[in-house]
Amino acid sequence: MLAAIGVSTVEELFRDIPAGVRFGRELDLGPPLSEQELSRHLEELAERNVDSSKELSFLGAGIYDHYVPAVVDTVLQRGELLTAYTPYQPEMSQGVLQAIFEYQTVICELTGMDVSNASGYDGTTVAADACYVAKHATGRTKVVVTEATNPQVRQVVKTYAPGFGLEVVQVPHRGGVTDPDELRRAATDAACVIFQQPNFFGCLEPAPDLAAAANDAEAIAVAHVDPISLGVLEAPGAYGCGMAIGEGQGAGNYQSFAGPHYGFLAARKEFIRRMPGRIVGETLDSAGERGFVLTLQTREQHIRREKATSNITTNQTLLALAGLVHLSWLGPQGLREVGETCMSLAAYAQSRLAEAGVESSFPERTTFKEFAVRTGRNAQDAIRSARERGVHPGYALGRDYQGFDDALLVAVTERRTPADIDRLVEALAP
Amino acid sequence: MKLIFEKSQAGRRGGELPHYELPRAKVPDELRRETPPRLPELAEPEIVRHFTELSTRNFGIDTGFYPLGSCTMKYNPRVNERLAMLPGFRDLHPYQDEDASQGALELMWRLQEALIEVSGLHACSLQPAAGSQGELTGLMLMRAYFADRGEGEQRDTIITADTAHGTNPASVTMAGYKLAKVETDARGNVDVAHLREMADERTAGLMLTNPSTLGLFDEHIEEIATIFHEVGALLYYDGANLNAVCGISRPGDMGFDIVHINLHKTFSQPHGGGGPGGGPIVVRDKLEPFLPVPAVVRDGERFRLDHDRPKSIGKVRGFTGPFGVFVRSYAYIRSYGPRLREMSEVAVLNANYLLARLREAYDLPYDRLAMHEFVLSARSLKREHGITALDVAKRLMDYGFHPPTIYFPLVVPEALMIEPTETEAKETLDEFADAMLAIAREAADDPELLREAPHARPVKRLDEVLAAKRAIVQYGFDQHPDLSDARAEPRQLEAQKGA
Repeated sequence: MLAAIGVSTVEELFRDIPAGVRFGRELDLGPPLSEQELSRHLEELAERNVDSSKELSFLGAGIYDHYVPAVVDTVLQRGELLTAYTPYQPEMSQGVLQAIFEYQTVICELTGMDVSNASGYDGTTVAADACYVAKHATGRTKVVVTEATNPQVRQVVKTYAPGFGLEVVQVPHRGGVTDPDELRRAATDAACVIFQQPNFFGCLEPAPDLAAAANDAEAIAVAHVDPISLGVLEAPGAYGCGMAIGEGQGAGNYQSFAGPHYGFLAARKEFIRRMPGRIVGETLDSAGERGFVLTLQTREQHIRREKATSNITTNQTLLALAGLVHLSWLGPQGLREVGETCMSLAAYAQSRLAEAGVESSFPERTTFKEFAVRTGRNAQDAIRSARERGVHPGYALGRDYQGFDDALLVAVTERRTPADIDRLVEALAP
Repeated sequence: MKLIFEKSQAGRRGGELPHYELPRAKVPDELRRETPPRLPELAEPEIVRHFTELSTRNFGIDTGFYPLGSCTMKYNPRVNERLAMLPGFRDLHPYQDEDASQGALELMWRLQEALIEVSGLHACSLQPAAGSQGELTGLMLMRAYFADRGEGEQRDTIITADTAHGTNPASVTMAGYKLAKVETDARGNVDVAHLREMADERTAGLMLTNPSTLGLFDEHIEEIATIFHEVGALLYYDGANLNAVCGISRPGDMGFDIVHINLHKTFSQPHGGGGPGGGPIVVRDKLEPFLPVPAVVRDGERFRLDHDRPKSIGKVRGFTGPFGVFVRSYAYIRSYGPRLREMSEVAVLNANYLLARLREAYDLPYDRLAMHEFVLSARSLKREHGITALDVAKRLMDYGFHPPTIYFPLVVPEALMIEPTETEAKETLDEFADAMLAIAREAADDPELLREAPHARPVKRLDEVLAAKRAIVQYGFDQHPDLSDARAEPRQLEAQKGA
């Protein structure tokens, strides 16, 4: 090979690299490991984590232990899908392209929107994306986010805002939900209003009233929604939202210490040419047969460069595919049942805890699969003592909300049983 | 083939769920969903067959050679998939207590240390989810750094090369900076004279890929770094092409201050048909205070998340980044260790060998040794036979290869950007070279064959203009539009004009 190239050593291939920037020693990375040694090393690291098979977990707060059916693993292990790059050459990539088209359809069905992109990084970055769309669609430079929206979503929006030239205004919660009148006042001159349904506390917001409050101010109403809730809760498109976004993890992805997962972003059709990220569209081949391609690419960075609607290239296609497979396995009936089961189990847990003296933080609110409780002591202490009994009881809300130092956010998915809830009650009872 | 919705049968389902005898919780009427989403309704065997059929209509690195330039399509070792699925990683909640996630935190810390060593810089954040997000994060760091020095208003411009990935200028705009573009000189390096004119006290930084998207190492990189550091600006390294130089030349030693690394390129995270990826950033010590929170740090034998970083830009993604990607890339790096240098050497050897075999049949705009990839041009084929880079790409499919990247970088007309990677055997490279040479002959002998390619894929050449014009982006169920009417439209219009 060297002879064909016309050099005599491999070193010669690097002759364009100036001597001053060559690396003069060996990389200090430890010796190369064989597959067996590597497996042992990583197994040891994995063993030092307490995962949800070792401990009964009620942790949620954005990442959930929903059941992932085996068929998801089966599909994701197909090498033709797993090891493909972005489908730039559609004739080589009809499998992924059709799958994304089907995913887009499923997201539109869930959210009641007209167009979905092929996925965003996670449930936080799609919120920043939505702000960018809203800024350009309205020409306004303020965005409103409710305080009852996931704190990480708010943090990411705040991080992106200076570059986007946006001011971020937060609207406090009142007893666990957002007051539509307060939101209406804040929404004046806003590009968009982002609220979460169910919100971070697990409470059901008066979502149609919140969307109306945004629309009254001609701000785009953006609902941050849980896909697992959308078999029982109304679709954002049906109550006046212009965009619907969310974290897809609960549909098809393992917890995996927070990633990789997928965020979804869907919108009404008037925003289609402002959408960030890949979009797949239907077309015909030269023989008149149906096929799929990446479309509306004049929005994108490789064509529009500095005028693009986003810089996104890599997205989360494989994780979105997992979502498509999971939701196809559930079907409409299964999705409704998952939602109802989570909601019933959570309500049962909430009432059992109240009986045992652990009161809800917002007893008058309807909740979905998560709820906040007052433990009567520092929540970190409550977590520590529950974990000694093999139960992780939830997330300490005091990390994000003042005055909530004794509060725990408890998540109950369909993977928990009534017997598990009995153990939670024992672990938390004063 | 049919869409999954077209296979749906009302009432069918993939699996059953557990049922508990519990009081039914009630959704308030005004929030309850009455119309169910039209999700597919299929039994599990039909679901498996549907997605298996889709996979047969797709092409991955497992299927065959995938020389997609700038994307580093190397083989993805399967052990990494198994390791990412260990319950201790797969089923770990990100809010698990630190004492119960020491293994995950240690893995991230070790990956950070490895990336610091490979890049020759000082501190790392794994949080960005992709290369382009790493770029944006890097620009946010520049903004925070200059604001901290009282130069935030003054430094408003970022310079990028005319060969840059489209993400660079797009990220510049999203970060709120003005863009300036430096040209490429006749040898394929950045035009240093032009750069010297542009860089001044208004410059926040330069974004550069080195080796460039032309596959060439910039021979003036030291001078470039000096120009920028003399005006107080920062240098950003787009790590998309890091696969060329691991253990050979480090971005930090070249003078760069911020680097992003594409874990799905150099460090073998399978790209899943578009993602996931990972875009960690590694920075010089003066930029460390501004990195995203939380930071993964080591205190003696313990690992923890440090949220107390008052100068931090904040968060660019949820939690600490795409952990499963970190497992795979960490495993990949450990399997090589210092032999990452050999990885890069073989990648560069393979690229130069392919270049040597193809240089007579295609135009070579910059006649130099290549690094891990090279750019050819089909402009002679176009001039002589009317055959474009697109035609060459489509015809390669018939020979069983994924086409290279085409029409990029923009400075080369009819560009064919070829990156073989180190995991391809010489026989594969030869088969690909034979196919490329055969196509060049076909361009002369039977150009129609190329214009109508591909002939051996599940679909013929697809009409991208029609797709953009009609923008059918979801299945319409009962009202799904019929595109064959749309295709008839122009002819009807012409007929009307004629009448």
